[in-house]
Amino acid sequence: MSPIRLDPWRALRLALLLLGAAVCLAPYLWMLSAAMKPSSEIFSAGLTLWPERWAAAENFSRAFERVPLARMLLNGAIVCALILVIQVVIALPCAYAMAKLRFGAAGPLMAVVILGLLVPIHATALPIYIALDALGLLDGYTALVAPFALSVFAIFMFRQFFRGLPDDLLAAARLDGMSELGVLLRVVVPNAWPAITAFSIFSVVAHWNDLFWPLIVVTSPEMATPPLGLLFFRAAEAGDDYGALMAATTVVTLPLVVAFLLAQKRFIEGITMTGLKG
Amino acid sequence: MSESLASPSSTLSRRLSAPARRQARSEALSGWILASPAMALMAMLILAPMLAVVWFSLTDYQLGYPGAIFIGLENYRALLDDPLFLTSLGNTLLYTAIVAPLSVALGLGAALLIESETRGRAFFRTVYFLPVASLLVAMATVWQYLMHPQIGMINQMLALVGLEGRNWLGSSDTVLWSLAAIGVWQSVGFNMVLFLAGLTAIPRELYAAARIDGAASAWQRFRLVTWPLLGPTTLFVLVISVINAVKVFETVKTLTEGGPNKASEVLLYTIYQEGFSYLQVGYASAMTVVFLAILMVAMLIQYLVINRRTHYQ
Repeated sequence: MSPIRLDPWRALRLALLLLGAAVCLAPYLWMLSAAMKPSSEIFSAGLTLWPERWAAAENFSRAFERVPLARMLLNGAIVCALILVIQVVIALPCAYAMAKLRFGAAGPLMAVVILGLLVPIHATALPIYIALDALGLLDGYTALVAPFALSVFAIFMFRQFFRGLPDDLLAAARLDGMSELGVLLRVVVPNAWPAITAFSIFSVVAHWNDLFWPLIVVTSPEMATPPLGLLFFRAAEAGDDYGALMAATTVVTLPLVVAFLLAQKRFIEGITMTGLKG
Repeated sequence: MSESLASPSSTLSRRLSAPARRQARSEALSGWILASPAMALMAMLILAPMLAVVWFSLTDYQLGYPGAIFIGLENYRALLDDPLFLTSLGNTLLYTAIVAPLSVALGLGAALLIESETRGRAFFRTVYFLPVASLLVAMATVWQYLMHPQIGMINQMLALVGLEGRNWLGSSDTVLWSLAAIGVWQSVGFNMVLFLAGLTAIPRELYAAARIDGAASAWQRFRLVTWPLLGPTTLFVLVISVINAVKVFETVKTLTEGGPNKASEVLLYTIYQEGFSYLQVGYASAMTVVFLAILMVAMLIQYLVINRRTHYQ
C-alpha cells in the first residue's frame, strides 16, 4: 500500500465529501443570497450569488412588517422554555423513583413509558385537541405546552442515567437525615447535568421545529411559533416576494443554527442520544 | 430464611426487621409521591387519548355534532373503499421506500468517508449535520425556491449543461420525488452521526487482523469487518428512518398541501385534513389507528430481528 497508490482514492474521497458538503450548504447560501437581493435580481435568471445592489434592509424590514415575526420568535422561546422546564420537573422525580426506590408501580410505569415512546403526538392529537377545545383553552400557551408536559423520553433517559449513580452516595445522604426529595435535589440533580443538558437540546430542537401541533391549536398570528409563523407569512404573501420570504426564513432558522455552531458536540450528543434510545 | 442458617444471623434479621420494614414502607411511599405527577400525566396524555382514539374509530363521531353512535368497524371498511386514503397510503409507502434506504445508504457512505479521511473531519461532520439542526419548514421554503421552475437554481444549473428543467414541485410526476429529495437532504446527517458512533465502537485490531488474513482491499475489509459489526446499528438507523419517513408532514403541508392532483397526499396530511379541517373525528381516528399500526410493525420487525441476531451470537 504505497502512498502513491492511495492518492487517487483520497482525491475521490475528498471530492465526494466536498460534493456532499456543497449539497448540504447550497440551500443556506441561496437563502442568504436571496435575502440580500432586490426582487429584480432574484427574478432575473442567473446563478450569481453576490447581489449587485444590496437590499437586505428592505427585505428584512418587509419580513418584520408583514407578520409579527419578533413576537413569533418570542412565542417560540417561551413555549420551548415552558415545555422544557415542566418536562424536566415532572420527569426527574419519576425517573429517580423508578431507578432507585423500591415501590410497586415501577414495573407498570416502565411499560407505560415504553408504550409512550412508540406513540407520537400525531396519534393522540385528536382527543387532546377535543379536550382542550372543550376547556376553551385553544389558541394559547396552555394549548401549545400542555400536551408535552410529560416526556416519557425524559423519564426513560434520566432513569438510565440514575441507575448508574452509586447507591452508597444516596445511602450516605439518607444517613445525614435527608428526605428522598432532598436526596433528589441535592445529590441526584447536581450529578445529572450531562443527561439534563442532552435532553434539553433534544427537547428544544424538537419543539422549536414542530409544525404539526401549533398548526392544530393556534389560529391567531400573535400566538404562532416560528414554523407556523412562516406558514402565515407564506399565506399573507400575494405574489412571490422571495426576498422578504428568504429574509424571514433566515430569521427563524438563525437561532438554532447559531446555537448548533456554538455547541456542536453537545447538540450532536443531545439529538443522537435521544435517537439511539428512541 | 432457612432453618439451617446460624442463629445469630436470624436474630439479627429479626432485630432489624421492624425498622427495615418501616424503612421499606417509607421508601415505597416516597416512590409513589415522587412519581405521582408523571403518573397522572401518563393517564391524561397517553393512556386516555389512546383509548379515546380507538373508541372514536368505532363511532361516527363528528366534532360539533352531538350523539356519536357506535358503528363497529364501519370506518375501517370505508377506508378500504376510499380512493383518497388509498392514494395517501400508497404515497406514504412510496415516499418511505425512497427516503429510508437512500438516507441510510448516504448516511453510511458519509460516515465511512469521514472516518477514513483525516482532514476536515469536524468540518464535514458539522456541515452534514447542519440540516438536522435547522427549521424544516424554513428549509423546505428554501428548497421550493431552489426548485422553482423559472428562477430556481436547480433548473438553471440543468440549463447550463443543456438539460431541460422541470416543475419539480408543481407536476404530479415529480412532486413526491422532490419531497423525498428534501427528506433525504434533511436526514442524512442524523444517520451519519449514528453510523459514526457505531464505527468508533469497532475495535481497530479487527482491521489489522483482517489485513493479516489477506483482506487486502478496503472493500474486503468493509465486507468482512465493518458491515457485519455495523449490522445492529444499520438495522436501528433503518427503523428510525422508516418511522421518520412515515411521519412526513411538514414539507407536504408547507409546499404542496397534498397536490397537485393528490400526488403528494400522505398519511399524516390526510389525517390532519380529515380530523382538523373536516372534523370527521371518527373517520380520522380510524386512519390514526392504521398509522399507528404501521409504526408498530416497523418496531416489531426491529425487535424480532435483533432477538434472532442475539440468539445466533
